[in-house]
Amino acid sequence: TAVAQEVERVVPGCRGLSQLAELPETHQLLRQTCRDYADKELIPVAAKLDKEHAYPAKQIKELGSIGVMAIEVPEDLGGAGMDYLAYCLALEEISRGCASTGVIVSVNNSLYVGPVLKFGTEEQKKRWISPFTTGEKVGCFALSEPGNGSDAGAASTMAHQDGDHWVLNGTKAWITNSWDASAVIVFATTDKKLKHKGISAFLVPMPHSGLSLGKKEDKLGIRASSTANIILEDCRIPLDNMLGSRGAGFKIAMQTLDSGRLGIASQALGIAQASLDCAADYALKRTAFGAPIGKLQAIQFKLADMAVALESARLLTWKAALLRDSKKPFTKEAAMAKLSASEAATFCSHQAIQILGGMGYVTDMPAERHYRDARITEIYEGTSEIQRLVIAGQILKEYQL
Amino acid sequence: MSGRVLVGVKRVIDYAVKIRVKPDHTGVVTDGVKHSMNPFCEIAVEEAVKLKEKKLIKEVVAVSCGPQQSQETIRTALAMGADRGIHVEVSGKDYDSLGPLQVSKILAALAKKEEAQLIILGKQAIDDDCNQTGQMTAALLDWPQGTFASEVSLEAEKIKVVREIDGGLETIKINTPAVLTADLRLNTPRYATLPNIMKAKKKKIANVKPADLGVDLTSRLEVLRVDEPPQREAGVKVETVEDLVAKLKDTGKI
Repeated sequence: TAVAQEVERVVPGCRGLSQLAELPETHQLLRQTCRDYADKELIPVAAKLDKEHAYPAKQIKELGSIGVMAIEVPEDLGGAGMDYLAYCLALEEISRGCASTGVIVSVNNSLYVGPVLKFGTEEQKKRWISPFTTGEKVGCFALSEPGNGSDAGAASTMAHQDGDHWVLNGTKAWITNSWDASAVIVFATTDKKLKHKGISAFLVPMPHSGLSLGKKEDKLGIRASSTANIILEDCRIPLDNMLGSRGAGFKIAMQTLDSGRLGIASQALGIAQASLDCAADYALKRTAFGAPIGKLQAIQFKLADMAVALESARLLTWKAALLRDSKKPFTKEAAMAKLSASEAATFCSHQAIQILGGMGYVTDMPAERHYRDARITEIYEGTSEIQRLVIAGQILKEYQL
Repeated sequence: MSGRVLVGVKRVIDYAVKIRVKPDHTGVVTDGVKHSMNPFCEIAVEEAVKLKEKKLIKEVVAVSCGPQQSQETIRTALAMGADRGIHVEVSGKDYDSLGPLQVSKILAALAKKEEAQLIILGKQAIDDDCNQTGQMTAALLDWPQGTFASEVSLEAEKIKVVREIDGGLETIKINTPAVLTADLRLNTPRYATLPNIMKAKKKKIANVKPADLGVDLTSRLEVLRVDEPPQREAGVKVETVEDLVAKLKDTGKI
């Protein structure tokens, strides 16, 4: 349209900005499907899954048949062939229902299938993607180690060649989906002298000899997803299992995390929305001083602040997704999206408990679970501090040009 | 039996929305309010798609009567597996007064035009609760009807329908062509999966005007006034059965 063209001329790379007001019909239908699914199948079981730390196998399979476990993967590999905006919409609705289910879907899409799709050979794509599109199998991503999280370049997991095999040794920490996954992408150092340019990526099936799992972490939130160490002791994999070229591991990880940030941003939006829904509903029903507390300005200001934080984070997320879909650079916008969405999630869930008062503190209401689920979004896939460094780095680059 | 099934899908205010009466009491507020497919129509679409998957029928055509936005409802039916759609354009005052009589005339005309062998509708719409369109359509076509269906099976040239009635369940066998209306327990509608949503983009929705079908939309009803139900008042506790009977007599309830 004329408006879209004008917007694109004035703000290059934002063709889709005018789309923000009105989503395309397919995206609306997908959002509605995921919304219905979350309302009917996730919200009723989320508390139980959290309490029992239970992996939602049934729900993940159903989400697989809906087509959201590999949204971006082309149809000939078993995916849905949709774009990242669709992914963000779907993930937000799923996370609104159950944040744990959301992170399982996100890790599979962005951190596992994503890099194989981008950097894998045709053979690798068939072997390592197609079985992971249906929800029957999920994958995971092993970058962090006990000795380094934000300092990803300091990977101490080593890989050396022995005949026609790579041999991996080391320990990876905080790996989401580890206990439920059938494959993992492991980042290991192949050339220590090259520092971060000496890291390579490897595809390892699970279970596999030489790969063992540490204890399942007992987490504050997202408890239905498993998090554990992955221990590699002389883990032998064929040479063909290297993903991308030797030494490209760090670049693969950073590019993968750019997209992963949109997944986590969407998860955070879902948690924030669930908190706002819970708080607004309560504010209309709970009476104090003779009227529903929603009539009190103190409560209204909170709801307004929550809504603004949520909506601005959502628009940042959609913009980053649209840039990515137009194959434009989106590193800065993805970092902004993840930063603002995760801070919106912690803010909204905090205020939701405040609005619910005592009821917000007990498990009868979901507010406390949202509070616990929200907290991790500021930490994983790049802490808020790292996001700020990424954004600042991009801004300084823009000004120096 | 093979052939074409027409499924009626109505765009109604979403079941979860809190309904508000317009200040002028001529109707309810619809502007900016979330709408979706009538839940019983979803069940009807699901049944038609299942029949097609069992290869008992060849084509599922989703029909909706209403303004531009009714196309969204048809699109949802396509994403559930319907093959094509027909949007009968009715808007403005005609849409405000559109009711079962007009819709059944439209459906009857379409059934003849499309040479349909089966019409499946929801038993009623959740906005007007009329529960009339299926019955009227069957009468206009002089077709048998299987209403409040909780189970449908096609046997040779007949249809066996288990109906949910006040007394329990009634099983009937009717000839084709026929009209069925779906009740709650007929099936569980499927989610519109992403692959099907993508496929639906390529499916066609034809535009038709009621005049093209020779249908007169004039309503025989005039809505005088719409009010909210009376506010629920606090109850009164009584000590004995005698007191209860006395109170009921006093307030004219018995």
